[in-house]
Formats: sequence, structure tokens, C-alpha cells
Amino acid sequence: MLTFAAVVVTTALVLVEVNQEQEVSRTLLYYGAAYLGLFATGHIAVRMLAPYADPLILPCVALLNGLGLVLIHRLDLAGAAEATAVGEPIPEGLVPRQIAWTTVALLLFIGLLVLVRDHRMLARYGYTCGLVGLGLLALPGLLPSAISEVNGAKIWLKFGLFSIQPAEFSKILLMIFFAAFLVTKRDLFTTAGRTVLGMELPRARDLAPLLVAWGLSLGVLVLEKDLGTSLLFFGIVLVLVYIATQRVAWLVIGMSFFVGGAVLAYQLFGHLQSRVTAWLDPFSDYDGAGYQIAQSLFGFGTGGLFGTGLGAGRPDLIPEVETDFITAVIGEELGFVGFAAVLFTYLLLVMRGMRSALAVRDTFGKLLAAGLAFTVGLQVFIVVGGVTKLIPLTGLTAPFLSYGGSSLLANYILVALLLRISDASRQPAPTTTGRPQAPLAEAHTEMVRRE
Amino acid sequence: MLQLTRAGFLALLWLFVVAALRVVRSDLSAASGLRANLPLPRLRAGRMERKRAARQLVVTAGALAGTRISLDGRPILMGRADDSTLVLDDDYASTRHARLGFSGGDWFLEDLGSTNGTYLDRARVTAPTRVPLGTPIRIGKTVIELRS
Repeated sequence: MLTFAAVVVTTALVLVEVNQEQEVSRTLLYYGAAYLGLFATGHIAVRMLAPYADPLILPCVALLNGLGLVLIHRLDLAGAAEATAVGEPIPEGLVPRQIAWTTVALLLFIGLLVLVRDHRMLARYGYTCGLVGLGLLALPGLLPSAISEVNGAKIWLKFGLFSIQPAEFSKILLMIFFAAFLVTKRDLFTTAGRTVLGMELPRARDLAPLLVAWGLSLGVLVLEKDLGTSLLFFGIVLVLVYIATQRVAWLVIGMSFFVGGAVLAYQLFGHLQSRVTAWLDPFSDYDGAGYQIAQSLFGFGTGGLFGTGLGAGRPDLIPEVETDFITAVIGEELGFVGFAAVLFTYLLLVMRGMRSALAVRDTFGKLLAAGLAFTVGLQVFIVVGGVTKLIPLTGLTAPFLSYGGSSLLANYILVALLLRISDASRQPAPTTTGRPQAPLAEAHTEMVRRE
Repeated sequence: MLQLTRAGFLALLWLFVVAALRVVRSDLSAASGLRANLPLPRLRAGRMERKRAARQLVVTAGALAGTRISLDGRPILMGRADDSTLVLDDDYASTRHARLGFSGGDWFLEDLGSTNGTYLDRARVTAPTRVPLGTPIRIGKTVIELRS
């Protein structure tokens, strides 16, 4: 599967070069080989460190990441062409940086697999993770905007050469915290209150954690002016609580909180109102707020069913195309068919994650895996929804596709954890009864006697 | 030329997805195949050694189907009460429905005055009855049996 992914990516690269009328040279093959080598290392590491891990997760990630690299390279070429046309010096390409980030991310990925031999040990650091995650999340909002503000969103930490988005990491840390927290406190959440409309409502005081999460995500929204991150956080907390308790009531309550918060925020903050206006009718302010989304829609329109072909479109017309709008490039150059294939790859990734969550034996692993897989899904939904004007634009990165170091690093950490859990879930159970136990996902629940 | 590469690449992309789906499918069939093979040796072992002690209680039908409880000689309480060993979420089960007790190398089933009765195979249990291995015990919609 990994080789297949490499072939796809190399073909994509060659096509870009051909269509951009660059010289097709042997260096392209070297790029492909380097890419294959990079992921082969990752693959061997996974085989050695997590032998039972899901065989599909890494190839899917590799394909997405490789496609992302090719698309960024393609945008670099477009940028260079534009610069030569205007007579300006050719801007430094983003691809070398992204490749460097990918390498670093893969190293981190392997390191994590070495370090975390059993995902259950993470549960012990639950509160530490929560605290650090919270700190990372709040840090950019509290720092002066000179260090933390880029394009109006205060979610960055700038260190001279490079800058990171701490929220990307804190989302994983907070997820570990919530999973650990819910495992110890799940009985509390299932305590039923009154029954209304066929749903068992939780008691009012049990709502506190959800309220805290709600307040936190609103705080992020206010302090850091970042819609996507706050939406993601609230979604994660809500889903984790739901999975832990299996109560529909939580979802209903959470959704009403969300709607309330959204309406409140809309009334209070100007930048939200402008986002919503641009979403409802991008063409009314075509040259201003609506320009980005309008260009993206044009891109999708041009792409049509089969796309213009790699390297043959004009995706560089969209501002910020290499981060938030990278999916628009796919929509334009690969068309609906290609876009669907990419979404399908994401779907596979999420599905395999959820499967690990179902199959793994301990509650903490279940919650964590489901949360991690759900994050990828939700993030893709928010990004693609924003780009295609289904929901207001929020400015999250598409996992693995987009340009951006922190996003890449964080998502590789996420995948490493997911692989670790899936390794645990697919591992044949230690035979305690001396009889072969039901394998894999079919392993039955063992009731523990209550004293 | 452009058209050709365009279609070709899309086909390649989808081939990847299809290949991935095939892996998913083979995974599924492998898992279910193993499950189908499992009961056979178990049945044979049960029939050949009649006097083997029951080690497990397995729920074979009902909402809790697939649940196993390891038996260690202590009595098993079944019912809707929270402190039962096997908590039955079954409309036809009573709060304290039935009890499985271990005595002299055999398990005995005893009805605890339930409303809808406890059945061993087809017969209603009125007094403590010895439970052979693999015989279905029916409580409401739940069916359980003892296995070695």
C-alpha cells in the first residue's frame, strides 16, 4: 500500500512538472525515491515498534502528506512564475521547509512510538497533559500580539526563524486529559437526573465540565480570534463525553450550548460577523471579505467533475491557498472525482481509527482513539465545509495536506498514538484460559465482578 | 495528452482507495472466519469430557449477548438489581431473578421467585436444578449457558 501511495505521489509530481512546462528530469525520480525512503523508514519503524498496528493508517497518511507536498510544490512554481512575470525576485519556495517539517514530524512519530510502549501509561499523565495543554492553548492569547498575531488570529508563537501554533499540540494533550478524566469519572456522568422527552437528563452539577469546555472555547474565540480552534475543542469535548456516557442528552445539551454560544459571539464580535457575511454571500463583497471564498468557489467551478489536471489550473489566485485552502486546489485540478478520492482517504483514516477504538480493550484507549479519529474527521469537515461554503470559513488546516509545521507535527503525533492504540487492539490477547480467545474486534467483553 | 494524464491520475487515485478498501475487506473476512471456526473445538471438548467443570458463563442471546463471566465457585446472581453479578437489562427479568450456585462439583440453578420464571432448556425451574454444560438457561429474552 505504501509503495502504491509513493507511485501515486510521484506520478502527481511528474504531472505537475509536465503541465507547468518544466523540464522533466531525473531529479523527479530522486524526489519520489526520497519520499518513498522517508515513509519506508516510518513503515519499518511501525512494523518493529507496533507490529500489530493497523496496516492502512500509515499509507493513507503518506498519500495525503505526499499529495500535500506536490500541491505546495505546484503552488511554489506558480508563485515563481508570477514573480518572474512581474520582474520581482523569485520568492523562496515553501516545499523545502515542508519537507524538512515532514522529516522532523516522522522522526517525532518514530520517537513517540519508541517512548510510548503502552498507551495506558499516558493516562497517568492525564492531569499534567491537561495543564500543559491548557497553558499552550492560552499562551498566545495572553502574550502581546507582536509575538502571537498573524492575519488577525492570535494563535501563534513566533520564534525568529519559525513559528508554531501551540493549539495544534494542545488539542492532543487536552484529549489525553479528557479521556483520562472521563475514565475515572464516568460513573458520575451516567448518574441519571430527570427524564424529559424520553431522554435522561444529567444532573445540573454534572454539567460543569462541559460548561468549562464551553467557556474555554469561547475564551479562545475572544482572546485569539480563532473560530476553527474553538469549534474543534468544543466538538472534541462533546464527543468524548458522549462516547463515555452513551447519552444522547449530552449531545442535545452540547448542541444547544453551541448554538447559544454562536449567537452570543455573533452579536458581540465584529470579525465573526464579517466571516458570516462572507459566508452567506461572498459575491456581495467580492473585492473584500468575500474574495478568498469566491475565488475558491470559482476554482471548484472550473474544476468541475474531472478537474483541469494537475498543474493546469490557476489555484494561486486564492489568497492563503497553501494552508487553509489547499483543498480548493484539489477541487480545481482534480475535480470532484479527485476530491472525492481524497475525502475517501480521510474517511478510511477516520474509520480505521474508530475501528481501533471499538476493538481496544481498555476504556482509556477507546476514548482516546475515538477522540483522535474524530478530531481528524471534524477538522476535515470544518476545513472542507469552509472552503466549499457549507459552513462559515474558520481557518483550520487540512490535516497532512496543508502547509504548516505545527499542524504536520501535531497530526503525526496523533497518528503515532492512534497506531499505538490500534497495535494494542489488534494484538492477540494473552491467553489466560489456555484456550484461543476470540480474536481482534470480535473479542468479547469480560464482565468484572462487582464486589 | 493532458486529458490522458488527467484521467489516468484520477484513476490511479481511486485505485489506491479501492486497494485500501480491499485490505479493509480482507481484514473483516479474516476476523469473522476465525470466529466461525472457534465454537467447533469447544463443542467437541464439552462432549468428550462430560465431567469437566464449567469455567465460564456465556450469554448467547439477548441484549448482553457475547458477555462472558469467569466462574470461580462463587455464586452468580442474575437480575435487574445493580448489585447482581449479571445485570439483566431485560423487561421480562425480575430485580432478583435467579441464582447459580456451585455445590459438590456441579452448578445448580435456583429461581428466586421471579415473575416470569427461569427455564432450563424448556422446563421451568421450580427447585434448585443441576445445570449441565452447554444447556441453555432462559431468563426473559436472555439465554445463557455454562461452558468449560
